[in-house]
Amino acid sequence: MKISVQTEDFDAGLEIRNVSRHSSIGAVASFVGLVREVAMTLEHYPGMTERAIAKIVDDAKSRWQVIDCTVIHRYGALLPNDQIVLVAVAGGHRGDAFAACEFIMDYLKTQAPFWKKEQTAEGARWVEAKSADDTAAERWK
Amino acid sequence: MKVKVLYFASVREKLGKDAEDIDLPANVATIADLRSHLRSRGGAWADALADSKLLRTAVNQDMVPPAAAIKAGDEVAFFPPVTGG
Repeated sequence: MKISVQTEDFDAGLEIRNVSRHSSIGAVASFVGLVREVAMTLEHYPGMTERAIAKIVDDAKSRWQVIDCTVIHRYGALLPNDQIVLVAVAGGHRGDAFAACEFIMDYLKTQAPFWKKEQTAEGARWVEAKSADDTAAERWK
Repeated sequence: MKVKVLYFASVREKLGKDAEDIDLPANVATIADLRSHLRSRGGAWADALADSKLLRTAVNQDMVPPAAAIKAGDEVAFFPPVTGG
């Protein structure tokens, strides 16, 4: 298991290969989130962020067969098309890998302490949380 | 009772402060009490921590509801709903 909160970019291909090394793994599901259209700065709560992500991963492991998992989330200044987040989940079969990957992303959106500030033409503004994200996380209950 | 209080994102900007150590009066026992205590400073505090503002709180880096108890030495944080991912 690897959890990293970092400013640097990541190589999704390398991370997927690194999460795929156990012989019992038959499927790896991954998700990469990108900055869409507007430059932004991401702030987070050091310490709590890593802790919150670890809890989400533990929760996923209690629900599905997760053999290995990597979550990388960037913070700091990011430009349009930059990678923000990677979730890669390795399991025995695709069903568990797909479900755990989507679950981890849905919970990251509502539980991990990150905040986006967009640099728009009218000036910088904090992104408002979306109720659709709460709804997405709620469906796993 | 001494606690450390942290502020993040729009809350930090409105207050012009990211962290402080506070010695709390005896009647402050929960997150809701602390929020109301800080609001009584007036000005930006009354505004940023107003009841109408949807805020999240954490105690010792776990997200908790307003009724959660706080004790000496805790790290308490106030922040807006999260927008990562």
